[in-house]
Amino acid sequence: MGTGDNAAPGSDKKAAIKRKIKMTAYFLLIPWFIGITVFRIYPMIMNLYYSFTEFHPLGEPSWIGVSNYLEMFTADPVFWPSVVATLRYVLIGTPLVMAAAFFIAFVLNFKLKGVNLFRTAYYIPSILGGNVAVSILWVRMFHPIGPVNTVLGAFGAEPINWFANPSFAPFTLIILSAWQFGSVMLIFLAALQNVSPTLYEAADIDGARKWRQLFAITLPIITPVMLFNSINVLLRHFQEFNAAALITGGGPLNATRFLNLYIYEMAFPSLRLGYAAALTWVLLAGIGVLTAILFVSSRHWVHYND
Amino acid sequence: MTLQEPKQTKFKKSHINAAIRYIILIFIGIILIYPILWMFGASFMENADIFGSVGILPPFDRVVWDHFPSAWQLSTHNTILFYYANTLRFLIPRVIFTIISCTITAYAISRFNFPGKRIVFTIVIVTLLMPEVAFRIPVYVLMRDLGLLNTFASLYVQDMFAVNSFFVFMIIQFMRTIPRELDEAASIDGCNALQTLWFILVPVLRPIIISVGLFTFMWGMNDYLGPLIYLTGAETRPLSLALAALVDFDVLVPFGRVFAAATLALLPTIGIFFACSRYFVESVTSSGGKE
Repeated sequence: MGTGDNAAPGSDKKAAIKRKIKMTAYFLLIPWFIGITVFRIYPMIMNLYYSFTEFHPLGEPSWIGVSNYLEMFTADPVFWPSVVATLRYVLIGTPLVMAAAFFIAFVLNFKLKGVNLFRTAYYIPSILGGNVAVSILWVRMFHPIGPVNTVLGAFGAEPINWFANPSFAPFTLIILSAWQFGSVMLIFLAALQNVSPTLYEAADIDGARKWRQLFAITLPIITPVMLFNSINVLLRHFQEFNAAALITGGGPLNATRFLNLYIYEMAFPSLRLGYAAALTWVLLAGIGVLTAILFVSSRHWVHYND
Repeated sequence: MTLQEPKQTKFKKSHINAAIRYIILIFIGIILIYPILWMFGASFMENADIFGSVGILPPFDRVVWDHFPSAWQLSTHNTILFYYANTLRFLIPRVIFTIISCTITAYAISRFNFPGKRIVFTIVIVTLLMPEVAFRIPVYVLMRDLGLLNTFASLYVQDMFAVNSFFVFMIIQFMRTIPRELDEAASIDGCNALQTLWFILVPVLRPIIISVGLFTFMWGMNDYLGPLIYLTGAETRPLSLALAALVDFDVLVPFGRVFAAATLALLPTIGIFFACSRYFVESVTSSGGKE
């Protein structure tokens, strides 16, 4: 863009190349720019607008102010049970998946033959877990005379009617989620394998016991990965849909009617897009608050060494 | 002799340690894989043998062979191939578009200097954490206004525009490990940007591109909510919806047949996973991926 008068011909050429690079980059980013505005930013804004409207899928939105939010907080008999069901699933499921993933990664982090085989096998449930076919399987696993009750019966337990009892039904879904610890475990394992062996050697020389090494060396070093994993697992639990929709159908007595399922039910079978949009903001707020707690608290428990 | 003794106990100790780890690993492995094996075994059983049993092998004198043929004929009018074909009709474009658009976007962000680059990268990172539910309803309205409801295109148009920030990020991370001298040499030889990407970078990016394709495919096979919202007609019905109709089967239906259908539905995923498990495991561990 220089006026050329006081610029040397060489720098003019340089500027032209720079400009060409810039234009190429913008050209290559056109699809992304369309995607991010049309399918991400614009919908986010519209979702806020829709939450203040009454909106039938075949019609157009009409402004009703905060009525959706008022109805949700004061008059909807399903809303609060749905919030409770979501939080229970998130707050029990997340630590469970984290603990299982870390424990297995810890056991696997060892120079043994066949570790790769185990690593691959443990990852299979993560690949299959969301599939409808697995929901079919889970319904049968927890059937009153299915294998889970048969095994429990061998230990003398009374058969449990898993899907009819509001205190047991959520556990069938939590167990399904825990079954899919594989990807989280793989990330933990990679982090554990990156811990420099010299640290352990030094600790051995100092005579530190293995358990002490776990708490003094291993855990502090992998805290950044722990933060990353816990946010991912948290997000996954907040957004659970397939299992709740297919295995328990949200029941019994709304015990598994997670917000993500309830949003779908309000939007599509019940044809209330505006109300569903308002519910979406509650789910997003829940995700936002818990993620923020993790981030803010991480200052006290995450160690960054490099 | 006295000097050797502590060494030997240490040796023994490490053996016990290894044995304990193996026992734990095998025990957990059995628990994890059992449901899948049980499903497969039960698809050869009569209802009476499935009820109240934990065995994975059908009784030898009562092996039922015809559950698989009858599961193949998944509904009165269509075989399972019809539903598979419908799934692939949105999944194949989705895989192709995701790979192309995400690679080009990652290339622009990681290889070019331009004003606003940091903002673009920040938006990619922020949208990484954005849950799909935040856009679900407005995107549905958008699809309605575009006249795309109940078309396969509704399930892949977005993927033409690099909306999956997770993959963009994954490819950027990978591209950082490729020396820039490679593409500089190409541009001196007269390649334009897209030629450099295609002839120089794509061959090196192969493993990450395969990973992106595989993850897109796997998640698409598991996608139930998308088809539930967008593919409402009988002619477009994909496998996930056809299977969902079998979840609430009642006692009169042979369970074995339903399990056979579920097994058939999982087979391609399992097959691809075993054929490419290296790519999955590596990309999850290297970029700290999702599930």
